Formats: sequence, C-alpha cells, structure tokens
Amino acid sequence: MKSSKPILLVEDDNVDAMTVRRAMKDLNVPNGIIHQLDGEDALEYLRSSDNKRPCVILLDLNMPRMNGIDFLKIIKNDDELKKIPVIVMTTSKDERDKMESFEFSVAGYIIKSTDYKKFVEALKILNLYWTLSELPYPGA
Amino acid sequence: MRDCRPILLLEDDTVDAMTVKRALKELHILNPLVRVANGEEALVYLKDDGREKPCVILLDLNMPKMNGIEFLKVAKADEKLKRIPAIVLTTSKDDQDRLKTFQLSIAGFVVKPVDYVKFVEAMRIVNLYWTLSELPNSEQESANEKLQANTAGRR
Repeated sequence: MKSSKPILLVEDDNVDAMTVRRAMKDLNVPNGIIHQLDGEDALEYLRSSDNKRPCVILLDLNMPRMNGIDFLKIIKNDDELKKIPVIVMTTSKDERDKMESFEFSVAGYIIKSTDYKKFVEALKILNLYWTLSELPYPGA
Repeated sequence: MRDCRPILLLEDDTVDAMTVKRALKELHILNPLVRVANGEEALVYLKDDGREKPCVILLDLNMPKMNGIEFLKVAKADEKLKRIPAIVLTTSKDDQDRLKTFQLSIAGFVVKPVDYVKFVEAMRIVNLYWTLSELPNSEQESANEKLQANTAGRR
C-alpha cells in the first residue's frame, strides 16, 4: 500500500481472515492486518483514538450483529471515517448488495475467488492499485 | 475495464486528454473515451439520459468554471451519479486536495507521472483494478428506488 498504516479487515470467518493474512504475506505486503469480526467491532476499533487509522478497509458483507452495508451507512456519515477507502470483498454476487455498496461510494467490489491462486492474484492487483493511488492518511 | 461502457474524462488540457487517449489505445482498452473540459460539461453529459452513463469517471482537479472538487460535491449528492466510481487524476500533490476528495469518497487518487512510460503503467494498473472490481450497473434502478417501487406496487 502507499502508506504503512495497517489494513482493517472486517470478516466474520476466521478461516477467510487467515487466507487474507497468508496471501498478503505471500505478496510481501508489509502493512499489518487488523482483523475485526463484524461491523460493530470495526466501529469500536475506528472510534478509539488510541488505535492507528487504517490505510484502507477490506469489508465482508454477510456478518452477524452489524453487516457490511450497515457498517457503510455509519462510516459514510462520519466526516472523519468517510475518508478511508472501503473495498468490499465478498462471495456475494447479489446485484442488490453490489448496488447498495456503490451507493455508499465504495472504492471497489471484489468477488472472492475460492481458488487460492486466483485470490492471491486479486489481492496483488488490489495492492498495486492502492500503492499507485494516494491515500487519505499518508506516512507511518 | 470490466464492461464496455465509456470512460468519462474531465480534463481541461487538450494535450493531457490526448495523452490519456493514447495510453488507453496502447493498452488496448476498448472503452470509448468521452472527454469534457470541466465539471459543468460533465454534469450536462451525465444528466442527459440519451447518453450512456460511464463505467468510471477520471477527473482532473484544476479546471475552469467548475473544478474537480465542486463537481464531486454535486455528483456525490446525486442518488444516481454517486454510484459511479470517481478516480482523481491530477498533478496536484496538495494535502488539502487529497483530504477533501477522499472526504467525498473518491475511489482513487492518482498523481499523474510526467514521464509517459510511467503514465501508461499507471493507467495499466487503473484498468487492471477496475477489471477485477465489479462495477455498478447504471441501467438498474437504485436499491432505494426499487424498494419504493415495490412498496408502491403493493398498495
């Protein structure tokens, strides 16, 4: 990524979260990964001033307690948090999910491949793009 | 890009617009490039139902009449236009420009390399990413509109 700040991963499935960590390691992405299990936990993390602001948020949609769309509704109405690019990463091909996400101006919507190699390739492109693009919070 | 809808380019400089066109051609990107010279012209294009909505918007920031930030303020307040990913393509390294545009939920902020080879590489990455990512379907009603239509239909 363009910044050395951590990546916030919002994902209820621990195995999927491990796959993301493994892929980022395989790609030598140096950013740390902060894993939160749902929207509510992610908000709590973002609202504590002791925590580092993430460079980007990778967001699953189907999660218990607070799902991805409800999470987007809240952060995109917060003047500070709305700046952080949010990339949806889901298995949902549902048109409505896609539409609602783009209505909240997500900065990408990636359908997770079940094939590990293809998944690594997707994260490679994601990392290339967000290394080319500036980010709202640069620096360490 | 993921689909074949046009790319809307907001760029007041004709030479810069030609460079984008040339880079897209070199990368064999088949999407037509629709170029407008400022935010005002872009809004006219986007609000004309006879014109095909773009898959993505590439926008310069410093433009006469209506600049990039003013354009984003209008587009991101419009229920239909807000869905289209907007990527800033500028020479500005100004912190305020970056913060203000991210606050308007842009989908990328690319500082244009002056070197042409590097510029083509940047466009290659932009195209790779927006081929990987899904894009909103402009032909479809928004989720809210659909909900309202369904509710109205049941009455």
